[in-house]
Amino acid sequence: MAQATSKKPAARTANAAVAERSAAQSHFRTLRLGTPFQPRIDALAKTQDWYNWAGYRAPHSLWDEELEYFAIRSQAALFDISPMTKYRIEGPDAEALLDRVTLRDVTKLRPGRVHYTAWCDDEGYVLDDGTLFRLSPTRFRLCSQERHLPWLLDSALGFDVTVEEETEAVAGLALQGPTSFAVLRDAGFAGVEKLRIFDLAEFPHDGGTVIISRTGFTGDLGYELFVPADKALSLWDQLMSAGEPRGVRAIGYTALNRARLEAGLIVANADFTTAEHAIRADRPRMPDEIGLGFMIDLEKDHFNGRRAILEARAKRKLRHVLVGLEIEGNIPAEHAIVYHKKSQEIGLVSAAMWSPMAKRNIAIASLARPYGDTVVEDLWVEIYAMRELRYQKLMKRAKVVARPFIKLDRRTANPPADF
Amino acid sequence: MKAWDAIIIGGGHNGLVNACYLQRAGLDVLVVEKNGWVGGAATSRELTPGFLYSNCSYVCSLFRPEIMRDLELPRFGLQVISYEGGAVFTRDGDYLANYRDHDAHRREFARFSKRDAEAYDRYARDVTRQCRFIQPLLMRTAPDPTSLKPRDLGELLYLGKKFAGLSAEEMALTLRFWTMSISEFLDEYFETDVIKANFALSGIIGTALGPMSPGTAYVLLHHYMGEVDGSVGAWGYARGGMGAVTKALAASFRASGGTIRTGAEVDHVLVSRGKAKGVVLAGGEEIHGKLVVSNADVKRTFLKLVEEKELPDIFLRRVKNFKIRGSSGKVNIALDSLPEFPALPKDSPVYRGDMHFTDSMERMERAYDDWKAGRWSTDPFLDMVIPTTLDPTMAPPGKHFMSCFVQYAPPKIAGREWTDADRDGFAESVIAQIAEYSPGFRDRIVHMEVRTPREIEAEVGLTEGNIFQGELTFDQLLFNRPVPGYAQYRSPLGGLYMCGSSTHPGGGVMGAPGRNAAAEILRDLAKSTSHMSPAHDVI
Repeated sequence: MAQATSKKPAARTANAAVAERSAAQSHFRTLRLGTPFQPRIDALAKTQDWYNWAGYRAPHSLWDEELEYFAIRSQAALFDISPMTKYRIEGPDAEALLDRVTLRDVTKLRPGRVHYTAWCDDEGYVLDDGTLFRLSPTRFRLCSQERHLPWLLDSALGFDVTVEEETEAVAGLALQGPTSFAVLRDAGFAGVEKLRIFDLAEFPHDGGTVIISRTGFTGDLGYELFVPADKALSLWDQLMSAGEPRGVRAIGYTALNRARLEAGLIVANADFTTAEHAIRADRPRMPDEIGLGFMIDLEKDHFNGRRAILEARAKRKLRHVLVGLEIEGNIPAEHAIVYHKKSQEIGLVSAAMWSPMAKRNIAIASLARPYGDTVVEDLWVEIYAMRELRYQKLMKRAKVVARPFIKLDRRTANPPADF
Repeated sequence: MKAWDAIIIGGGHNGLVNACYLQRAGLDVLVVEKNGWVGGAATSRELTPGFLYSNCSYVCSLFRPEIMRDLELPRFGLQVISYEGGAVFTRDGDYLANYRDHDAHRREFARFSKRDAEAYDRYARDVTRQCRFIQPLLMRTAPDPTSLKPRDLGELLYLGKKFAGLSAEEMALTLRFWTMSISEFLDEYFETDVIKANFALSGIIGTALGPMSPGTAYVLLHHYMGEVDGSVGAWGYARGGMGAVTKALAASFRASGGTIRTGAEVDHVLVSRGKAKGVVLAGGEEIHGKLVVSNADVKRTFLKLVEEKELPDIFLRRVKNFKIRGSSGKVNIALDSLPEFPALPKDSPVYRGDMHFTDSMERMERAYDDWKAGRWSTDPFLDMVIPTTLDPTMAPPGKHFMSCFVQYAPPKIAGREWTDADRDGFAESVIAQIAEYSPGFRDRIVHMEVRTPREIEAEVGLTEGNIFQGELTFDQLLFNRPVPGYAQYRSPLGGLYMCGSSTHPGGGVMGAPGRNAAAEILRDLAKSTSHMSPAHDVI
């Protein structure tokens, strides 16, 4: 049966449970938690430029957001992903539950593999996207932006599975960039060269284990590492000292966000509004409306939202489309309005930048169909560039292009190269 | 003899809002108030030296910002300050707090249930959606569904369009929200008792229903649809107590040339040939007016101030059956120091929020059982605030004013009137509950004011002491408030209007009934309403 694992061993008395609960009261004094890596990050935080990531104090930048970006593209960058929401889903029916909840075919996800997936409510609207790690035949980890414990527990009714939220218990690091493989090898993770893209494996670390996957959010060669929170600092130190000769640097979110945009990846509640957070009824999106239609597997068993998605496809009720844009000039078009024939408003740019890797002005935009779908000619964006207290208003031509905006062979090369 | 353009019976917040708008439209307006002060149930008085008491209403959220702006209330001293989230104390020595910070709120709930902690976002989304649906309706006259007048049809169409704009899921939720019990509604989101009790209190406040009674989900919504400066659902303190609201209204009214007579109790409305011609005061003085607007509740207005023979039978019967049952009281306390709660860390923001002691749905429902049996709750539900933690004007430095809203208190004790001994017993149930969580509390009490439905009715004039001038159940809302056919602030008598909380959109210190009534009166007089802002856009 599905159950919330709320740490209540039978032997423990009610008093002990109350004491444990009361002991947690003091959280109100620290509104932004540190992650298990915080002592190291604080020591490197020269800019003191923080933001709130799901209740954690996370860095926008640590020393220089431009140079941090180039660390990702030229050497290796270490980014703390601990605040990401993590669920451990385990049991004989874990595969069946996840196959039911998520869009992709989980029966095809072998142990030791990761896939990028998404899940929908019964109306076919996307609740979130995330990565699903298959740690063993019966054990999974689901990582996401938003929180979904009630959804997962309610979905688990009738399945022999436990669902446990483990965000605080598990620390995560992304090590991304051309030298990331060499850093891991030099840090002593023997066999890491065998990991192909989307593979994961367990490696010994500090008397325990670390799970390393060849995944990431940069479109570059890169890995993600998960350890129990109490082994976090030793992992950080090991990577930093082994990586020092290869230029490993810690980075903040601004640099990562640039890399992810070049990779054409979307961010929940930045590029689309998740269904459980959408106040306005027209804001939720179906997978086909945010470029995630490729995940939908109609061959597999029933999954949440399937009926609604099929109906929307059949009755042509899909109203939006998410596209990559290439925009003339070099002025980023962040949050610009997109027009057809310079006059009809057809959508909004959700993320934009000048891409150093592509040397192009790129953007992700949501458009109202048929624009961006069957009508892709004569598209424009209106950029309001604030320059010394005056808006320079620019109307620039936009072209729908395929994502990712950049494709790096080193991301998938086997064996991975040293740089 | 002078005939005023309009006479307003009662200087409560709605009466004053109504008076302000009429006066600013160029009418010569008189407000007559039976007490020696204005404010009705939104008043603050110094009952013991140095301490200002918000005797009845004590917190502010619903008062419409459009009205504050139209009537220039900030210029006349109105300031509203947001307060912190509060807490429910649990009987096991812990508490469940509501923090303003989203992540702190989640972590706090996670102490009790990780699942429920993550259920809050969906709950907040659904409640917010419903608030957005209702908000634009507050500042509009409810349509008469039986009327074929273009304006009623237009308003019905507006309502219909708004409803049709909802998704199928939202429509279902809306209908459920307006009819189901708060207990069942919360069951759809949460499974932890104390978390449900924490939210359920907004569903029963001021209502003679228990958390398991159908219709209480809407009452919760009614308490969420307010705002403090755009922060929807937030509650605040009026600086200087709730009397600051009516003080500012009275000052605004006088500044625009209006006249207020306090200590002037109306005995009855002067009626001649089916039309109101003025009022007769308790002393026999006649005051003539071209129209009369009653801020009193619908029962008091038509069963006490107007002779039965002047009114149509069906109207009269419906007024008699209008539900305006007393369900609550107040215990207001002056304290010589801030009370301590051993369960609560000394630096907790909860001291600056609202505190409760009812940690289960069953306790809440049991408290209601006492009401049904005609006694005050032995284990009452308290909504307790200490506004002096944020407002320095209400007590000397270091000393505090505490307001306890208490539920349930029946209008009669086992069928008979309240006695002074009953009142003292009622107060003791409150003090005993607080003292259980705050040892030494009794020793801090400097002065105390206890108000059962008897005192509230006697002083403020609210029938049965019902704080909303009629319960906020779906059968008494929109075009059925107060009674079908008379939901547009007019009455069966020519020249007699209603502007109190008995009318749409109902109770709470909102001001919308007073404002909407003024709009209808000015329409009847063919006068401009250009000085009245429409409802702010909900985008």
